Amino acid sequence: MICMMQSQRMFAALSVAGLVMFAAAPLLIAQAPYESTMGLIQKIFYFHVPGWIVMFLAVFIAGIASAIHLFRNRPAADRLALAAAELAVVFGLIGLVTGPLWAIKAWGVWWQWEPRLTMSLILELTMCAYLLLRRYGGPGSDKLAAGVAIFAMANVPFVYLSVNIWRTIHPATSVVPQLAGSAPGMFGPFVWCAVAFLVLFTAMMAARTRLEAQRAHVERLHLALEER
Amino acid sequence: MPNFFRVAWLVMRKDLTIEARSWEMVSTTLFFAVSCVLVFSFAFVRAGQPVEGAAAGILWIAVAFSGTLALGPTFDRERHHDALRGLLLAPVERSAIFFGKFLGVVLLMTAVEVVVAVLVALLFQAPLAAHAWWVAALLMLGNVGFAAVGTLFAAMLVRTRSRSVLLPILLYPITLPALIAGVMGTSALLQAEPNLDLARLWAAMLLCFDAVFTTLALWTFEPVMTE
Amino acid sequence: MPASSASSFDFDSVTVSGVSRHYGRRRALSGVSLTLRAGELVGLLGPNGAGKSTLLGLLATLIQPSRGTVLYGDQPPSAAGVALRARLGFLPHDLQLYAELTARENLEFFGGLHGFHDPAGRAAAALERAGLADRADDPVQGFSRGMRQRLALERTLLHHPRLVLLDEPFTGLDEASGRALAARLQTLGREQRIVLLATHDMEAVEGLLDRVLVLREGRLTELPARDAPLRERYRAALAR
Repeated sequence: MICMMQSQRMFAALSVAGLVMFAAAPLLIAQAPYESTMGLIQKIFYFHVPGWIVMFLAVFIAGIASAIHLFRNRPAADRLALAAAELAVVFGLIGLVTGPLWAIKAWGVWWQWEPRLTMSLILELTMCAYLLLRRYGGPGSDKLAAGVAIFAMANVPFVYLSVNIWRTIHPATSVVPQLAGSAPGMFGPFVWCAVAFLVLFTAMMAARTRLEAQRAHVERLHLALEER
Repeated sequence: MPNFFRVAWLVMRKDLTIEARSWEMVSTTLFFAVSCVLVFSFAFVRAGQPVEGAAAGILWIAVAFSGTLALGPTFDRERHHDALRGLLLAPVERSAIFFGKFLGVVLLMTAVEVVVAVLVALLFQAPLAAHAWWVAALLMLGNVGFAAVGTLFAAMLVRTRSRSVLLPILLYPITLPALIAGVMGTSALLQAEPNLDLARLWAAMLLCFDAVFTTLALWTFEPVMTE
Repeated sequence: MPASSASSFDFDSVTVSGVSRHYGRRRALSGVSLTLRAGELVGLLGPNGAGKSTLLGLLATLIQPSRGTVLYGDQPPSAAGVALRARLGFLPHDLQLYAELTARENLEFFGGLHGFHDPAGRAAAALERAGLADRADDPVQGFSRGMRQRLALERTLLHHPRLVLLDEPFTGLDEASGRALAARLQTLGREQRIVLLATHDMEAVEGLLDRVLVLREGRLTELPARDAPLRERYRAALAR
């Protein structure tokens, strides 16, 4: 119970922090200098890249938590993996929506088989597969899905390598712009947004795992009642 | 360790004996692979000539599709009469059982690959024979990686309801790097000026993929098979 | 794992304490406790869907309990591992035979998995016991249910398991085979095996069993000692 109170308080604090950071983000992004070649459209990167970073983080959390669940049989780790997998899909979607929005302005097409875009699409598919298995696999699918999550995590470097080598052999016509990291005026807002996304992610993870923990608790109570 | 390979051998031999009696999987899988190639020929042949560079893709997609088709029945056989539980109850390391099933799938896919490669070479005028050893090496490496992931997923889906739909959904995203490497490596060999260095690079990546995913599959088979 | 070390593990009792197993909210077993001892022939009765198969699967280490423990001797299954499986014989309702293989091949395959030095010799002896010596090289798919049942029983007992779990072993057997099976079961008891047998066929097991357990909606009760025919005692237990 104490643990639950604590997590509730943590969730509240994180939510407030996230809210403040996201409220301030547009101001910071607006006052950041324009990128010389792309102008306004480059600013989408302040949301695009953090979305992407969080997705990767979520994929790794899901993979490691799944390994713990599979080999140590810890339902808590499974709940963490499920929450991380769902959030990986959500944040991946942010990347997948903002990527083409940028591409239509910068490249003139909605989709380019750009390495990072392709890679996140593949990861998005993998995490969707994880959720589909959990949804339609029936009883015991948590263990099976855990296997998939481990494979998805191990797959990240291979997807990265294969997609990168593939694209460098056939370079895209327009050059992928470098991230705003080199210019200090852009770096500050970028870090701000990245931290905002991480805070949001942590808050959502806390809420989602708490929901699953309570659901598990209800199931336990239900079974205990029936067993009486 | 010798026991590991003895058990794997027994399981594989059992599967091959069953296959030799029914020819069910070899015949259906081959027929499907050939149909695949034919369907592609309508998509990729323009004015009587195959589209340039299509051959490698056709070869690998036909292999991947027919491989998926073959994986289901491999474990349906074990599901019939609950035989898989009989296997799991045997006093042997379960990873050895996995390895035996895996070897069976690799052999079956090899048979399919030989036929599909010959067909693609003939129908799409692909110079696969010019670097036959490299093509064979790429196909074998891709085969091993695909079969390792596929055998594990097919085994764990045996107990689930919508297994026939879930298998490709799970299998393709995970094996995509192997497919990219296979297609790219093969098309590097089929270019007007074959690029051996590139093929070697892709083969090396396939080798790493195989090593990582075969190890992972051996390692996770035991826990995912416990109800 | 060589065969010698796999057969080194042994036990003379199986203790189930407070075991529950549920699938989602569907409860297959709840709070089951029982002890099985060497030399005992224990019957397991119960209506369809009462959890008999789950209990057998659980004792066979194929299903993990949601709650509670199962001990073989004083060892949990996780500690005994592969060696424990060498001491378990499980005949499920689905028989676990490969229909495309011959009777002999089925036995030799499982004998091989058990690491016998002479799987062919053991298979031949088992075929003799099953009364299938003349059909040994026919594929199992041509067999009647009774023949398959006899073959699967021999496969289950091929490695002299300590714990013998039988799910409906009398299914499809004619009278002579049924009597042979009953005699076989009594031999197993004398050999200090632990036998748990789920069945609906009360005539066949009348007078054969040392104890009778009844599963009903996942709960286990024991029938009173022999004071009336089995069927009557069972009816009385269900009516309660």
